[in-house]
Amino acid sequence: MQKTRNHGDRIHGDIVFETRDLRIGAIQPDGSEIRIVKGVDFQVRRGEVVALIGESGSGKTTISLSALGYAKPGLSFTGGEALLLGQDVTRMSVDELRPLRGISVAYLAQSAAATFNPSIKINEQVTEAPVLHGTKTQAEADARALELYRALELPDPETIGDRYPHQVSGGQLQRLMAAMALCGDPELLVLDEPTTALDVTTQIEVLKAFKKVIKEEGAAAIYVTHDLAVVAQIADRVVVLYNGEIKEAGPVEEVIDRSKHPYTTRLMDAIRPMPEAGQGDASSDEHLREAPALEARGVDAGYGGIDSSGRPAVPVLRDIDVAIQRGKTVGIIGESGCGKSTLARVYAGLLPAASGDIYLDGERLSPDLAGRTREQLRKVQFVYQMADTALNPRQRIRDILGRPIDFYRTAEGMTRRQRVEQLLEMVELPVQFADRYPHELSGGQKQRVNLARALAANPEVVLCDEVTSALDTIVAANVIELLKRLQRETGVSFVFISHDLSTVSSFADEIVVLYAGMVAEQGPTDRVLSPPFHPYTRLLVSSVPEPRVGWLEEAAATREAKAGASGAVTLTETGCPFFARCPLAIPGTCETVDPPTLDDGNGHVIECHRSLAELSA
Amino acid sequence: MSNDATLPPSTGAHPDLIGGLPDGEQTEHFVAPFEHGVSFDELPDAPPKARFRPSLTGWIGIVIVAFWIAIAVFGPLLAPYGENDLPFPDDYSEFQAPREGAPLGTDVEDRDILSRIMYGAGRTIGIAFAATVMAYALGVVLGIGAAVSGPKVDMVMSRINDAFLSLPTIMLGLVVVAAVGSSIPVLIATAGLIYATVVFRLARALGMEIMVMDFVEAARARGEGRWWIITREIWPNAAMPLITDFGLRLIYVILFISSLSFLGLGVQPPQADWGSMVRENLGALQYGQSIIPVLAPALSIATLTVAINLIVDDVSAQAGGRLSKRL
Repeated sequence: MQKTRNHGDRIHGDIVFETRDLRIGAIQPDGSEIRIVKGVDFQVRRGEVVALIGESGSGKTTISLSALGYAKPGLSFTGGEALLLGQDVTRMSVDELRPLRGISVAYLAQSAAATFNPSIKINEQVTEAPVLHGTKTQAEADARALELYRALELPDPETIGDRYPHQVSGGQLQRLMAAMALCGDPELLVLDEPTTALDVTTQIEVLKAFKKVIKEEGAAAIYVTHDLAVVAQIADRVVVLYNGEIKEAGPVEEVIDRSKHPYTTRLMDAIRPMPEAGQGDASSDEHLREAPALEARGVDAGYGGIDSSGRPAVPVLRDIDVAIQRGKTVGIIGESGCGKSTLARVYAGLLPAASGDIYLDGERLSPDLAGRTREQLRKVQFVYQMADTALNPRQRIRDILGRPIDFYRTAEGMTRRQRVEQLLEMVELPVQFADRYPHELSGGQKQRVNLARALAANPEVVLCDEVTSALDTIVAANVIELLKRLQRETGVSFVFISHDLSTVSSFADEIVVLYAGMVAEQGPTDRVLSPPFHPYTRLLVSSVPEPRVGWLEEAAATREAKAGASGAVTLTETGCPFFARCPLAIPGTCETVDPPTLDDGNGHVIECHRSLAELSA
Repeated sequence: MSNDATLPPSTGAHPDLIGGLPDGEQTEHFVAPFEHGVSFDELPDAPPKARFRPSLTGWIGIVIVAFWIAIAVFGPLLAPYGENDLPFPDDYSEFQAPREGAPLGTDVEDRDILSRIMYGAGRTIGIAFAATVMAYALGVVLGIGAAVSGPKVDMVMSRINDAFLSLPTIMLGLVVVAAVGSSIPVLIATAGLIYATVVFRLARALGMEIMVMDFVEAARARGEGRWWIITREIWPNAAMPLITDFGLRLIYVILFISSLSFLGLGVQPPQADWGSMVRENLGALQYGQSIIPVLAPALSIATLTVAINLIVDDVSAQAGGRLSKRL
């Protein structure tokens, strides 16, 4: 502890964590070193949130883990210091680190679902660390946990700890994980992308709770993220990282409003504009034909066996009518669990609809794969979210792209080799990549190969399931640009599924808003994003984080956010599923009667009991 | 206030650059030096994977296994005596201690132990290898077949397999060999069938795991047939863990064959094999001048199986421990 005092002479404020020329690398068997973190200096003071921001591969997670004295398998601390409360944790043994971890420093992972043990009650897991370390008795820890449940605005704070992890919602579990981390009164919190996997409406609640509790507790925090908009809400200072080096660092207002380094500027540029009317990227009508390229009529679908009345055991989609015009992009938006991926799977034939029909060019398609002809299969291609699992790790790019060319005979006068090279050029990858395996590519490059495989079939419709969700802001922006260009050049239609409204609105001609398996609103992008709004659309629009300080407080104060915060998403047999979270709900009507379809003209429809005038207000 | 691009690079930057000012205000704005017009390429996801390099224990395993394979192949050519030759026809004492002309001594019939170990190596390893190959051929084909088939076919195949698995292996082996009579083809077939059940389980589990991967679904969505999915999508991804498991399974089969031989139902006299050598020479523990007649074949079995284990462990450790979890 003497060391801390020495530093105190030099630097004001209580420094909780500090790195000095920190270097982390992977030592190869031949003795050479791959440098991951190349000399990083930053400090975290008491009561301060420092955001580490950068794309994947920038070393931000690796640096944040150094606060726990932990280097990922294969990596080791190769130089410099990481001082937690004045002690260099990079040189400590596991036995020396154990009393620090969970007590002096706590770690919040990205996925709460993976952090909690599903078969142990929540309270026991939240209070485990301080009780195990002997810093609190069980009773003290319980009291502390209750205090945190209240501070984090969790519902039923007295009893929520008695539940099992699967009995609370994702956003609640994320907050409970914060309670787990804070229960031992740590000096430093390390938060690794804690809201990245959440829906925007949930993200607001979680961010708000995190911010409040960090301020109240006066804890210091390292917040790792690639999302500048989130940083603007929660951080006091920002450290911008690229390739293991600090590119820019300073107070959040300085870095966001007056960024000086070109890399920070690029990060800012990659943020998509807020969803507003007038952004829709109206693509040309030259490819339009009379029949839509792909159409769903009255589709019901779900999982499990289908009962005698034609309803699946676990219904997911109810009465869906969505048409995709040729050469256009339809954005399907909704929270996780709303059925948007299921709809894409129904289109692709991977999940046969329980009732209703799919039409391709006006021709009825068989609901399952086996009943579709090879030509029909060729015309509808599916692109998966995770390129990591969508590409066979044992096949070279040449074979991954070559197979659909052979299978559907789409080489058209070219050799297979020429066609593969042409496809690689189309997705802006060097032709030499043909001989590589997927693991030799970066995340964005893999996603491009994933797209190229769909294009290899010369499809009419490409179903993109959250294709940019796993990518960093900059890489995602590049992929969207690529999609736009491909559409212009080939006239292919896209179904673009995402939970991110700003991505969809910058790109789609039409937007379909799904809620709990039903269409809440659909129409041209401009119309959907301007009044009248379905109450759920309004909630979504107001939940998209803006990269400016102070947005969070404003957004959390809107009536939509207040009404929408607590309710869980439930699929209902009748009535409007959004009833429980709707600020305009009419009790007695909305939950019992199916909402009527309000037509605003120009193909813009809203399913709601309120009138268009009321929804415009 | 802010710093400008003339500051030293971040690696050399002093913490004070972003540290506190005397008044405690934190308004510093650190900007790393940069050149205009430099682009920032997408960063690679992960450092390149290192190729497999055996550790010291791995090398020890490789050397020992290579040694035994060499003996198995060339043993009969190199052995000082024939399998059933008597090195000292005039000396009738059994279980002789090592002496000139018989470095490991002699066995119950006064034959040279070293020569018999060298002859037995080929038989023990050969039978075990053939049986394991058979177990794999059957188990992998049926296991992956069950994984890609519908739930009903899978159910029937798996329950039949479970029934076989529930039988104790040695008992089953004893019954079969006792009923059919012992010969090398019968031994191979019996061991192959018994261990095919274990391989079936592993191959089916691996197949199931790979079946639900997006790239397999992508192939199904493309309209690919079952044959393509098995041979091109599943097999290449299942091969690595299965090959590793092959080494482990080989150990079990060696021990199984040796156990049968020890019980007198394996390789029949006068042919030499390590398991039967242990049994023949058990008397040495009581009456012999040395215990080498028992120890030598037992140690041969031990060194070979431990060495295979060392290699398998090394491979699986370098695959991030994922393989060992599955096995």
